[in-house]
Amino acid sequence: MTSGTAISAQRTTPLDVAAVRQDFPILRQRVHGKPLVYLDNAATTQKPQAVIDRLVRYYTEDNGNVHRGVHWLSERATDAYEAARDIVRRFLNAAESREIVFVRGTTEAINLVAQTYGRTHVGAGDEIVISTLEHHSNIVPWQLLCEEKGARLRVIPISDSGELDLDAYQKLLGDRTRLVSVVHVSNALGTINPVDEIIRLAHRRGIPVLVDGAQAVAHMKVDVQALGCDFYALSGHKMLGPTGIGVLYATSSLLEAMPPYQSGGDMIRSVTFEQTLFNTLPYKFEAGTPDISGAIVLGTAIGYLTQVGLDRIAAHEHELLEYGTDALSRIPGVRLMGTAKQKAGILSFVVDGVHPHDIGTILDREGVAIRTGHHCCQPLMHRLAVPATARASLALYNTRDEIDALAAALGNVREVFA
Amino acid sequence: MMSDLQELYQEVILDHNRRPRNFRALDDARKAEGYNPLCGDRLTVYLRVDDGVIKEATFQGSGCAISKASASLMTESVKGKTVAEAEALFERFHRTVTASPDAPVEDLGKLSVLAGVRQFPVRVKCATLAWYALRAAAEARGDVVSTE
Repeated sequence: MTSGTAISAQRTTPLDVAAVRQDFPILRQRVHGKPLVYLDNAATTQKPQAVIDRLVRYYTEDNGNVHRGVHWLSERATDAYEAARDIVRRFLNAAESREIVFVRGTTEAINLVAQTYGRTHVGAGDEIVISTLEHHSNIVPWQLLCEEKGARLRVIPISDSGELDLDAYQKLLGDRTRLVSVVHVSNALGTINPVDEIIRLAHRRGIPVLVDGAQAVAHMKVDVQALGCDFYALSGHKMLGPTGIGVLYATSSLLEAMPPYQSGGDMIRSVTFEQTLFNTLPYKFEAGTPDISGAIVLGTAIGYLTQVGLDRIAAHEHELLEYGTDALSRIPGVRLMGTAKQKAGILSFVVDGVHPHDIGTILDREGVAIRTGHHCCQPLMHRLAVPATARASLALYNTRDEIDALAAALGNVREVFA
Repeated sequence: MMSDLQELYQEVILDHNRRPRNFRALDDARKAEGYNPLCGDRLTVYLRVDDGVIKEATFQGSGCAISKASASLMTESVKGKTVAEAEALFERFHRTVTASPDAPVEDLGKLSVLAGVRQFPVRVKCATLAWYALRAAAEARGDVVSTE
């Protein structure tokens, strides 16, 4: 890793953000003549040099197809691909590598579960429980399944501050509940859901739980065995890795019992025109040539996150969140959306009389990149009674100066719309 | 503040955003909804057309300053025009907001204030949303009329 020595100090020392920033070449750019202030990390994170270098090195030195050839490059690619799987296993503290299925991202992971586990276990009159905080990717796959099976989608309500109503959740769990699928950290509001409690309550009734971890894994330590979740989904590009690669974690007993998702090469043991025997885990769920470089580079991204230290990252982002919450609260006309007690680094807000898109355009001219819109959470926006919000989302490389730049740029918004 | 922002958010645009003109529904009129799924902007355009002439144009909905001001200005500028003239105006307007930043600005009357959008390609959708809804509203009843 390029500047590994600078950041591999004791875990107890605070994160050296200046050293971390050196690792992200994209952050050195200027936008419209201003330093780039990248606050759209919930959409996608930037990549450290080590990740970029690994991608180049893969195609320069290692490229071959996996699980097929007997030649040197194929073996090299296969070794690196399987090593990456084990890096993910350790990162999530899964019991076995075969519980790690490489997919395109969180969306595909959820679709995989809906189309395999869902289609086998959900029938007419059954229920699936999700929450008001869900991203469309954790709503629509279940809606389609419910439509196909004549099942019903039940939704955990939230408070005005953006916290799940656990009493209501308990009442939603019933004899017909076949699955609970909830987000770990809300992409729109930053709420950290009490997934351990959610899982405990579901398991008391023998109901499996899927956790959408897309916004969690780059910002806090996640231990799937400690959580006891049955499925955990994540996206590589939201955790310093490349786009196009993600992970579905599932317990091996569930994976064994699930039918395949897509079919084709690599997921089979033997094929005749009469019958096909499926491959063992996790290959049963990885049809076709996978995103080999993506998986390997995801492993590098995880290595980077681990080396900086997730506890240290979480502490840094939490400190910035408090600083940003304070800074934005002081600006007249700015209203923060999502004020849960347990929150990750997301500042969602609206400005009186100004549509979020106009905020986004004005901030962009100051080099400040935020997301504006419904954040793929239209039902949540409806619940909050706003058409859209502006959202600044933090990562390990963000600084107090950048929060100041955000606040100053918001001053311009008020000036334009005075 | 940078000049292209000032050009985008001209006083006329801010005024139409604050106090949109013709911001109401029309009963018994042709109507169509313009929806931008990317940002959630949603506008309904209402048209009263008599003998091919737009007698009245109104709109309702929510959106950013650009989409609201554009809708407001549009309703003012198409009133009294034939549907064909309005369509031709849309084409000229579309050319204006998608032209390269240094191209001369065509005289489109009040609509020319939206020329600043050309500096902001991602905002072109905002400026044209109401116009697409207008076209759909004009065409929808047009189909019905042609079969009668």
